[in-house]
Amino acid sequence: MKEFDYRRAPDVPGALALLDDRPDARYLAGGTNLVDLMKSGVERPARLVDVRELPLDRVEPTPDGGLRIGATVTNSDLAAHPEVRRRYPVLAQAVLAGASGQLRNMATVGGNLLQRTRCAYFTDTAKPCNKRAPGSGCPAVTGEHHNHAVLGASRSCVAVHPSDMAVALAALDAVVHYETADGPGELPLGWFYLPAGDTPHRETALPAGALITGLTLPPAPVAARSRYRKVRERASYAFAIGSVAAALDVRDGVVRDARLAFGAVASRPWRARTAERVLIGAPATARTYADAAGAELAAARPLPHNGYKVPLMHNLTVAVLSELTGEAAR
Amino acid sequence: MALPTSSVITLHINGEKHTLPVDHRTTLLDALRERLDLTGTKKGCDQGQCGACTVLADGRRTVACLQLAVAAEGREITTIEGVADGGRLHPVQQAFLDLDGYQCGYCTPGQICSAIGMLAEHAAGWPSAASGDVRPAAAAAPLTAEEIRERMSGNLCRCSAYTSIVEAVARAAGADAATAAAVVPAQSGEAVA
Repeated sequence: MKEFDYRRAPDVPGALALLDDRPDARYLAGGTNLVDLMKSGVERPARLVDVRELPLDRVEPTPDGGLRIGATVTNSDLAAHPEVRRRYPVLAQAVLAGASGQLRNMATVGGNLLQRTRCAYFTDTAKPCNKRAPGSGCPAVTGEHHNHAVLGASRSCVAVHPSDMAVALAALDAVVHYETADGPGELPLGWFYLPAGDTPHRETALPAGALITGLTLPPAPVAARSRYRKVRERASYAFAIGSVAAALDVRDGVVRDARLAFGAVASRPWRARTAERVLIGAPATARTYADAAGAELAAARPLPHNGYKVPLMHNLTVAVLSELTGEAAR
Repeated sequence: MALPTSSVITLHINGEKHTLPVDHRTTLLDALRERLDLTGTKKGCDQGQCGACTVLADGRRTVACLQLAVAAEGREITTIEGVADGGRLHPVQQAFLDLDGYQCGYCTPGQICSAIGMLAEHAAGWPSAASGDVRPAAAAAPLTAEEIRERMSGNLCRCSAYTSIVEAVARAAGADAATAAAVVPAQSGEAVA
């Protein structure tokens, strides 16, 4: 690991000043991803600005009936919060599906948003990787890619985003709030992550030096009946090979509202808007759900070794929507 | 001017203060083992994947390998050396001993610290991925074998002593013997003997 300076931020302006727009400085919160990447040499910061103790650790109702979630709220506290569990069960389930109890106690909401892909070429500094070393190439396209992207991928990078939490946030229309030296800003989650395109090293639309201060979740009555299901290669404590975040409002046998997002299939959480358009207003039947999944996955472009993800996501989508419909019928 | 790359820090460990200079690269795990002679906390993968280095920080289970020592300043750290009450073992330690919740023992300090933290999380009503309905109106999920396995999935055991580990955790949770036996699937003759 490269040597580095360490400073504890006294407050948000102090954190911004300590980072000082240095490209070789990083904010440190839980450290569960950054410290690991520093050990492997993927990250080589000259300064860490520790923001874990900033007073951004609250989950609070907003006047419009949504929730505001501070950036340093731990994954554990987010998933255990009664209002998150009551209003947005899909979010609590997504967080609980990720990592381990120990890591969820350390990891924060802000860090979870910014975690990096677990593509083995990205984390191995002896290999080319357009995300880590722009222009060096992508060995995954012709190499080990059984868990890589089938949607929205570019020829430059086929890595998938690893977060479970962010998939639920995509379905819930979360907004990311941040501070910069020039003042505050916000980004809807749908714009927060950039498409991989030819610049996979640019992952988010956050301005340089910006500090994520929190999230807001708009009110979403549809989320009262919502679910996150994750498929992985062992029963627990593994990254997804495919996941679905869904919320469904069914009345009189008709889908009144629907939210759907996919995980582990693209460089960013994948909001399945094409499927949502098929669902809303249609009969709440397995046939509709299959049509919706098929419409979304028509854009899939699998690689030689990850074609299984297309039927997997199709079946998972139909299963989750059917489960939610069964709950509605009770 | 070159940036400072080391600091003198004070760590609070098992109720004692330790002041020491550290290179900022030092993890809490290496500080415990190499600087403070607290070798009960084990280094397995050093990547946050195995749980062998689990300690409690402000009462919550964390992995010491992904925590920088300098960032742990100000937190109350409890290691396996600090969980017993004087000469009396912690109930989780006693349960692991009584039920052979280990084979080689290397993962055991992490398993025990993790179980202590996990039982507190469960007592506080935290749901898990095995709990199904996460809504707070639902009754707190009983600590079944499935719940224990999910909640303890951050602690790997290369000897695969999981059957006994689950029994020990269930015993420590206060489950009566009948419940503990019922929730642990009989996977071998030995387990049901």
